Amino acid sequence: MANPASSEAYVRFDGVQKSYDGVNLVVKDLNVDIPRGEFLTMLGPSGSGKTTSLMMLAGFETATHGDIFLNGRSINNVAPHKRGIGMVFQNYALFPHMTVAENLAFPLLVRKMGKAEVEEKVQRALDMVELGPFGNRRPAQLSGGQQQRVAVARALVFEPDLVLMDEPLGALDKNLREQMQYEIKHIHDRLGVTVVYVTHDQSEALTMSNRIAVFEDGRIQQLAPPVELYEKPENAFVAQFIGENNTLTGKVDALADGICEVVLDNGDRVKALDVNTDGAGTATTLSLRPERVFLNPTDGQCQNMFSGKAEEVIYLGDHIRVRMNVCGHDDFIVKVPNSSDKKGLVAGDTIPIGWSIDDCRALDA
Amino acid sequence: MSISVEATGDLALEEQKRLKADLHRSLRRNKIRALMLVAPLVVFIVVTFVAPIGNMLYRSVNDPLVSEFMPLTTSALENWDEQELPDEAIFAALAQDILQGREAKTIGKAAKRLNYEQSGMRSLVMGSVRKHKKIQAPYKESLIKIKKGWGDIDNWKVIKRLGSGLTASYYINAFDMETSPEGEVSFVPEKEQIYLKLFWRTLWMSMLITAMTVLLGYPVSYLLASLPLKTANMLMILVLLPFWTSLLVRTSSWIAMLQAQGILNDLLVWFGIIADEARIQMIYNAIGTVVAMTHILLPFMILPLYSVMKTVPPSYLRAARSLGATPWTAFWQVYLPQTVPGISAGAILVFILSIGYYITPALVGGQSGQFIGNLIAYHMQGSLNWGLAAALGVMLLVVVLGIYGIYNRVVGTNSVKLG
Repeated sequence: MANPASSEAYVRFDGVQKSYDGVNLVVKDLNVDIPRGEFLTMLGPSGSGKTTSLMMLAGFETATHGDIFLNGRSINNVAPHKRGIGMVFQNYALFPHMTVAENLAFPLLVRKMGKAEVEEKVQRALDMVELGPFGNRRPAQLSGGQQQRVAVARALVFEPDLVLMDEPLGALDKNLREQMQYEIKHIHDRLGVTVVYVTHDQSEALTMSNRIAVFEDGRIQQLAPPVELYEKPENAFVAQFIGENNTLTGKVDALADGICEVVLDNGDRVKALDVNTDGAGTATTLSLRPERVFLNPTDGQCQNMFSGKAEEVIYLGDHIRVRMNVCGHDDFIVKVPNSSDKKGLVAGDTIPIGWSIDDCRALDA
Repeated sequence: MSISVEATGDLALEEQKRLKADLHRSLRRNKIRALMLVAPLVVFIVVTFVAPIGNMLYRSVNDPLVSEFMPLTTSALENWDEQELPDEAIFAALAQDILQGREAKTIGKAAKRLNYEQSGMRSLVMGSVRKHKKIQAPYKESLIKIKKGWGDIDNWKVIKRLGSGLTASYYINAFDMETSPEGEVSFVPEKEQIYLKLFWRTLWMSMLITAMTVLLGYPVSYLLASLPLKTANMLMILVLLPFWTSLLVRTSSWIAMLQAQGILNDLLVWFGIIADEARIQMIYNAIGTVVAMTHILLPFMILPLYSVMKTVPPSYLRAARSLGATPWTAFWQVYLPQTVPGISAGAILVFILSIGYYITPALVGGQSGQFIGNLIAYHMQGSLNWGLAAALGVMLLVVVLGIYGIYNRVVGTNSVKLG
């Protein structure tokens, strides 16, 4: 992306398009460079083109336009089995008629590896995912989490440089999913393989990735490290999709030094960072994270000061979630850390609130 | 303390008993309901399936004619030692049977049955009937005088054997064997063997037909299973279309297709592939039977295969490919093993159906394409030898059960999926 001529990119999508029906483009002009060893996540709602992009990289779908390069070589016409890419599927796709060890040996045997070597590698892979004694079981005799680990081990056992994962944790329950996120992350750190990971779960993406590509409508909306993606969303979709977000709509009134003044629909004026507006007089969406809003701000703390009426107060243990009516929006959410000195806020209270310019981003309409 | 523990223990036991009784009672209604639901089918099966098969089994060993129409002789022969000619008492019984049988006009049936077993017996009996006026005591002498055959100990052995009411003769016949008058059982000369040859032919042609349906049905099922549901349903109608056409129509269209002056031969001649004089005989022989039956039985292979393939997610093949397997390896080592239950179900269905097939071989089989079913039908309707038909039927039943047993051992019925 940054530099199309870069020779460092291990995987490169270059102007890739994909259409299934000849009418609609599922993937529109995809350009990504993935350096060796990166953990890149394709994140997006279903139908955004992320899985299709992954399938094109794996070789199960052909791009209708553009090139995909692997290690500097175009792989458009390379059959899937010659690409040497490991893959973990959504439902694991462990072969049910083979034992766990046979599943792991499969990629080695089709590469005509010697028996002793196969056995050794299979055992090492099993140990890596802490399933040493489970080699003789059938996949159906394992729990979901264990099957998941076998799938990961199988994708890694033949030591590919690139591993693709297609929503591999989707079928697991929440606790197990979080645990597996760390395990996969650790395996990635240890082996240094390049991973392209597809998910629609943003917390999963934030936990594991070096960089995240947010997909929507067949395009990458933003490609950035997790911190940047959350702190500095470039458009309204990303702001809305990653994390929780308050949106206020209005018109840009004045622009100066990267700061714009916005007139909201109800007439209130808000100062915000000019990130992605089309200039004075155009519509814009303001994005503001719920935890960056201050209740009862001290003087000078916030450039934007309003009063809000608490409509609903929800106690969530570590924080308190308040739904407020602010600037004509009654779905304005504020997250208040639960500290002992906070005096109780109850629904119906009207209190002053505020936020700083740096936390309020003016994005596309 | 311990007393109270014991008391509660007893109570728990009582409680358990009561609980079991309650459970039983609550389940009883459901059991009765289930029984009522299956009762009509059970009755139907008993009447239309179990009873006829029992009857067939009985007929295949039952031979009542001689004992029924020569009752005195057969009971008199019970204690005969078969070493020398029967004594006067037995001859007297025979004379009685002949005279009474003549009056009742039933002796002919016994004579006919005896003749099946040994030719010449009919004229022996009926000749004696014709000269009934000469029969007088001492019967031994007079009967031998009337017909010399009564002095032949072998003829008496035949009567004794058939008089027992139970016979293995139908089975001996069905195995292409014969009984010599001495009671020794041996195969008939190879040229005269019919049934065993036909059994082998039925078996191997059924296997061939099964193999053909697998070869032709597998790709079709795969296509159906991998297409979107809408298209698959439409193509499925094409597969089922033959089901909705009469068997006779389908078979006769094969005749139109394959006969010497038929479409296929005409085309071959037209393109100059074969000479007009050298038209290929593709029907009224084994080829005709195999072609027509493969066509007719194909849906029975496709349907179970399709339903099994439908459950194999495409991600398995993709996973195999991504792990480095060529398309062929992926198919052979990953896809095929998972469709084995479908192949098994289809194969056992087609094989068992075809082994008892009758109408298609009769229409297009000619001489070399006949199945054992055709011969059974012949003995049922043509020669009216129901005993032999029953014996052949029992043999067929045993063969099918045997094959099913072997199959069950090797493949296991658990792995069979019919849908």
